[in-house]
Amino acid sequence: MKKRIVVMLLAGGQGSRLGVLTSNMAKPAVPFGGKYRIIDFPLSNCVNSGFDTVGVLTQYRPLALNAYLGTGQHWDLDRNYGGVFVLPPYVTEGENGQWYSGTANAIWQNREFVDQYDPDYVLILSGDHIYKMDYAKMLDFHRKKNAAATIAVLQVPWEEAHRFGIMNAGPDSVIESFEEKPKEPKSNLASMGIYIFDWKKLRSYMEADDADPNSSNDFGKNIIPAMLNSGEVMVAYPFEGYWRDVGTIQSLWEANMDLLGQKPVLDLDDDSWRIYTRNAVMPPHFVSQNAQVTNALVSEGAVVEGTVTNSVIFTGAHVQKGATVKDSIIFPNATVGKSATVEKAIVGENSVIGDFSILGGPVRPGEKVNNKLTGDITLIGNDVTIPARAYVAKGAVVNTENPHQPAKEA
Amino acid sequence: MIDNAFGLIVTGERTTRLKDLTLSRSTAAVPFGGRYRAIDFMLSNLVNAGVTSVGLVTEKNYHSLMDHLGSGKEWDLHRKREGLFILPPFMTKENSGVFRGAIDALKSVMGYVRRTSDDYVILSWPRVIMNVDLVPMMEQHLATGADVTILYAEDGSLQLEEQSQDLRLIMDERGRVTEMELDAYRPRSVNRSCDVMILKKELLEYLVEEAYARGEYDFHRDILLKKYKTLNIMGYRHEGFLARLESIESYFNGNMALLNPDVQADLFNPKHPIYTKVKDEVSARYSVSAQVKNSLVADGCIIEGQVDSCILFRGVHVKPGARIFNSIVMQGSEIGENAHLEHVILDKGVKILPGRTLQGYDSFPIVIRKNQTV
Repeated sequence: MKKRIVVMLLAGGQGSRLGVLTSNMAKPAVPFGGKYRIIDFPLSNCVNSGFDTVGVLTQYRPLALNAYLGTGQHWDLDRNYGGVFVLPPYVTEGENGQWYSGTANAIWQNREFVDQYDPDYVLILSGDHIYKMDYAKMLDFHRKKNAAATIAVLQVPWEEAHRFGIMNAGPDSVIESFEEKPKEPKSNLASMGIYIFDWKKLRSYMEADDADPNSSNDFGKNIIPAMLNSGEVMVAYPFEGYWRDVGTIQSLWEANMDLLGQKPVLDLDDDSWRIYTRNAVMPPHFVSQNAQVTNALVSEGAVVEGTVTNSVIFTGAHVQKGATVKDSIIFPNATVGKSATVEKAIVGENSVIGDFSILGGPVRPGEKVNNKLTGDITLIGNDVTIPARAYVAKGAVVNTENPHQPAKEA
Repeated sequence: MIDNAFGLIVTGERTTRLKDLTLSRSTAAVPFGGRYRAIDFMLSNLVNAGVTSVGLVTEKNYHSLMDHLGSGKEWDLHRKREGLFILPPFMTKENSGVFRGAIDALKSVMGYVRRTSDDYVILSWPRVIMNVDLVPMMEQHLATGADVTILYAEDGSLQLEEQSQDLRLIMDERGRVTEMELDAYRPRSVNRSCDVMILKKELLEYLVEEAYARGEYDFHRDILLKKYKTLNIMGYRHEGFLARLESIESYFNGNMALLNPDVQADLFNPKHPIYTKVKDEVSARYSVSAQVKNSLVADGCIIEGQVDSCILFRGVHVKPGARIFNSIVMQGSEIGENAHLEHVILDKGVKILPGRTLQGYDSFPIVIRKNQTV
């Protein structure tokens, strides 16, 4: 039986710019928005778009992601035919196999997976973006334009255009040229890393690319330029709406903050486009007699006994009596101890902030803080215990000793 | 873990004690505790004890129950072997499809009972909310060689008005039931049945068939009360929290008890979690003007007003200036600007228009029916 389209979701990224948050999980498994993980967004978009066959390509610490996806039942992706599959690199006879050397190589290595559905199209997605998008509309656009490839683009502010892959497209949306991070951008249409390809065409370009030992096997660097040079019809699909790359601590924090406010910039409370997730088995959250919660998201299983403002409190997190949490993100099952102060911080999963501790205070004289990844956001990794009455300065990173990634910044 | 017993849950009893709350649903489907339905507790108790086969006897108003349970996947009961069996009534030549009581209902599912491979049955009526570990109860049942073991709890309260299925156990020092009373005007014992019992499947078959042959239909009155002298019936004591769904007042107080952290710790013990249907709601959102105290709040709520000592189910919207105290608000209800509610129970989808005031009392909460606008 044939599928019209197969989705390949690139979830291999180690997400090193997210620092200690990804020390034991791949980036797409990082929590977001009170009860979700980043990968819930592309997966829910797929299901809501009616696309039911998804390969998740991963090679970095796949356990958390694998356990999280399970059979795909939480996204309605437990199908008899199709569904969600985790595709790690593998070894073959003779050839010995290899790690994914680039985004295109990851798809190339899994061509047999795609071929078994004999699809007309493939949709390539990244696992580290937060957005709601109807891919079915993009597919319609692709078919109407008779394109070999369609690239979703977003208008970005001109002054930021130099940070993106920029598409220069004519009025008919046909892409004339493509520049990766141009110094002087000719357009402000940034690639969102979402591609629809004609599968047969993509397959032949990937085959040629694979034969080229100098290629870095990347969509942006190799495949798309090669297709453009050969004169394939490639079109830019304009997307309007919320889209954020949450690949850095700063952008992850900002995107969480976008969920707050009177009219949130990103409103997930949308019956027509629900985001699905593996829901925790926990009671409603409890707000105690002495608590104060304003401008915040609070999830089931959480307990708030202190003061929470301008913050996102995840499933099962606990803010104890007298504690103050401001402008912060408290990840699942983390605890903020009694009378502790947490300001502009991200507290990792299962971490415990000791009583009377201060997080995010000013850098004290003589103190050296390596805030290369964090800016002014204080970052506590997963499973960290901060002792009582500790002081963690603004921008600092605290991590547990981890044999795979020692706590350099701690 | 229990590996030789299946669960049998009897729903669809005739009762009007919960008034408007059971107008369109059975007691088993009554919403409780912010995101649950009454059935979730007994179903989770069974699953947490290792039971993998559960038969659910339904009679009337079972649509909302079926919608809630689906394939049973939230309870891990969607199995190829065993799993959840929903057993609605159907007409045969010996069964009219209308049950006079639990004996009729059980008689109609004897086919299911005979087919199960387990030797023991855990029989229950899901009108008691509790988190109970059934493993030691099963162990006691096996160790004592009892014919029937009945779960009971000390219960000083007495509800004479519309008293129904109030089974009291009088036991000797070893816990053997020496006398029983049903709906006694002046009960001689504080030990009240929690409507969960363990017995051999064969014994259940025999008791039901025998009573049915005599034209009897009330399980408690016609089987337990008549047989306690000849059967070896033991009590097993439940120590933890429990709430009985037998009147609007007990429903209200049972919910409000959840605002006590000790009760939360007992009923929502993470080692024995309570499973329920997942709705994929977003996290609750508090606005700048939110003022919330001493409340349980489920996902999907938007709170812009003042909430004190309330249970808010999923997707409740409290608009700016609204004030709610000591109330239970079920899924998807909306409380308009500057409305004022005290001691009310809003069923699902109720809309309170701006500025409205409703005030009940501790002993007499006002109930607003499903989907009504005030």
